[in-house]
Amino acid sequence: MRKTNMKKILISLLFLLFGTSAYADCNIKSGSINILANDFPALRTFVETAKGCKGSADFKVTHSSEHNKIAVPALTANPSEFSARIAANSSIVPLMNQDLIRPLDDLVKKYGKGIQDSQLITIDGKIMAVAFMANTQHLYYREDVLKELGIAVPKTYEEVVAASEKIRASGKMQYPYAAAYKAGWNLAEEFVNMYIGHGGEFFKTGTAQPSINNAKGVATLNMLKKLAGLSNPDYLTHDSEAIKVEWESGNVALMTLWASRSGTLLDDDGDAKITAATKLTGPATVAGGNIPAATLWWDGFTLAKNRSDADAEATFRALAHAAANKKMVADAADQAVWLIEGFKPGPKSIGVIEAVKMKAKPYPMLPQMGLMHGALGSEIVEFLQGKETAEQALKDVEAAYMSKAKEQGFL
Amino acid sequence: MPNKTFFWFFLPTGLAMILFIGLPIISTGIQSFYAQHDQVVKEVKKCDPFGCTVSIVVDQEKTSKIREEKPLGKFNGFGTYVDRNHLAVEEIGNFWNETNSFGEFVDQVTNLPFYKALIFTLTYCLFVTPNVLLLGFIIALSLNAVTRRIRGPLIFGTILPMIVTPLVGSLVLFWMIDAEGIIGANLQMLMDDPYLSLKSSKTLTWITIIIYGIWHHSPFAFVVFYAALQTVPQEPVEAAIIDGASRWQRVRHIVLPHIYPVVTFVALISLMDNFRVFEPIIGFSAEGSAQSLSWLIYDNLVNEEVILFGSAAATSMMTIVGIAILLAPVLIRTWKEFRTAR
Repeated sequence: MRKTNMKKILISLLFLLFGTSAYADCNIKSGSINILANDFPALRTFVETAKGCKGSADFKVTHSSEHNKIAVPALTANPSEFSARIAANSSIVPLMNQDLIRPLDDLVKKYGKGIQDSQLITIDGKIMAVAFMANTQHLYYREDVLKELGIAVPKTYEEVVAASEKIRASGKMQYPYAAAYKAGWNLAEEFVNMYIGHGGEFFKTGTAQPSINNAKGVATLNMLKKLAGLSNPDYLTHDSEAIKVEWESGNVALMTLWASRSGTLLDDDGDAKITAATKLTGPATVAGGNIPAATLWWDGFTLAKNRSDADAEATFRALAHAAANKKMVADAADQAVWLIEGFKPGPKSIGVIEAVKMKAKPYPMLPQMGLMHGALGSEIVEFLQGKETAEQALKDVEAAYMSKAKEQGFL
Repeated sequence: MPNKTFFWFFLPTGLAMILFIGLPIISTGIQSFYAQHDQVVKEVKKCDPFGCTVSIVVDQEKTSKIREEKPLGKFNGFGTYVDRNHLAVEEIGNFWNETNSFGEFVDQVTNLPFYKALIFTLTYCLFVTPNVLLLGFIIALSLNAVTRRIRGPLIFGTILPMIVTPLVGSLVLFWMIDAEGIIGANLQMLMDDPYLSLKSSKTLTWITIIIYGIWHHSPFAFVVFYAALQTVPQEPVEAAIIDGASRWQRVRHIVLPHIYPVVTFVALISLMDNFRVFEPIIGFSAEGSAQSLSWLIYDNLVNEEVILFGSAAATSMMTIVGIAILLAPVLIRTWKEFRTAR
């Protein structure tokens, strides 16, 4: 009698511990699932939720911040190494260019219950990805510092510059502003944001001909340089992680950073005083523009083309389970701005929600945009170092882009 | 060794070299002459959570047909070699016609990515190689002179920089020279300049990387020189001492001529290594201020979301040619000496 009682208790304990996964089993009978994803908390939660539903399918995942470098070669192989790739607006483009991902229409019809229409990424009428979270870069500020000096929360980059100068003049902080200006991808992303804020277009309409060497481009570079002058002199080596550390050491009062990083800034680690004074606001506008100097991003899943239909089906069912999971969204409301039904935005989502309200533009999903981004990352460095004029830097970007675009057959 | 024995002795190595070095180089060479096919794009409607837009995508139906016919791509000849991101022949011609002074012309040329990288690579070679030889030789001489009892630990300590993985070594130094690191902060105090940053100034970044290179490579030169010093015959040295030769004269006229072939060997290896400088640039996050030829190849392969195989292959081939040119004088000299010795 006692023995059966113990057994009951044990079983109910086990159910409590593993209840979610047992409950979530979506009865997948076979197939093999292998996912490639970037590495940040929200994506880990997402993949874990999908894993809870794997049934008897094989389940593997690779979380790597180097995901961009692996994706194209790994999905080109036949059969491809991964059955799914968690991509974003920019990283879906090389997959589309090389024809490496499959349309999801049939699978969405069959297994996509609960996925909202707004989550579907359709290209030429075909569903190519299912988005589940949104991201952007926006302003973070130190409430205590701004209050003490009587500075209003900046809404434009001109105000950011003025506020930073005031903080520096007060002697409180030497380098009050921070943004990820590391030469390469990060720096180019800052240019893209600021240029879009100025209302600029990267290409002549309908062609792959660059068109950034104009007054808006020059204004963009000048603003970047002003902000760089208010940042730590090592700014060209600082990525998102480095400026997060700067912020947590209390060296910075104003910062432009990804929304997906707010979770780690506002957790219990680090100086409680700084954490309590860390506040989020929408992205800033620039040069009197209406749209913010920021780009909107989505993260979603895509399925590899070079993989059996059975694997694709198993993978889709597991990932779709996560992409329509109200429980996950409620439990991890702090980790991301989920695009999934049932999400109630918390204080950490302010940045993205403001950006959407202010009609921020999505990052351009153009086949040749990656080449432009690459050219920007290396060619505008010398302008920031004061070795080149803005016009010369923009001319260099266009020339570097054109050579690469010619090699890739875009021009 | 008779030629026949040598042939059989060398065969396995030779085969491995052809398989793992020769064939890849040939394949890279072929690839460098090809570019991607012209992209066929079409306008389509794209919708995402933020709304719908009309925009372009690559037309897969048409593109895949062209790709199947010619999987290597479009033959481009030396097109990639002479484009703006490599030798930039056309651009240099234009600069020559447009600029007024020679200084201005040089400025324009060194602003091109390939020449920028070439100048850094050559500067690095030029400063690191002789200093490595000199420092390695001095350390070897000094260690050869200390008593045998403490020589072991000293040798171990000296070769440590070579044992440390280059990326780890450069990262350690990278954090030390940070504006808030031990070296960076002290330099700011010494110079009384709170804005001094070793990482933001181009010149200082170059100096840091060069010093790191000397630190990292010297142990190799030291080890080889130290081994060579053990073979220096004692009789002439003793005779020289009796004749009243100073320490410097002994080194100059007996030791150096004796180990001369080894010096050539170390110089060759160092030059080859230094011409391929890469890890410190990544370790120091110095991409903004210092680019080398190897870094350009890496950049073409991973930094873009599109992989530029043609560009990377062309830069690789030119790196091989560059090393061959650099080594030519030393190789010719060794060959001549070999001939006269026979």
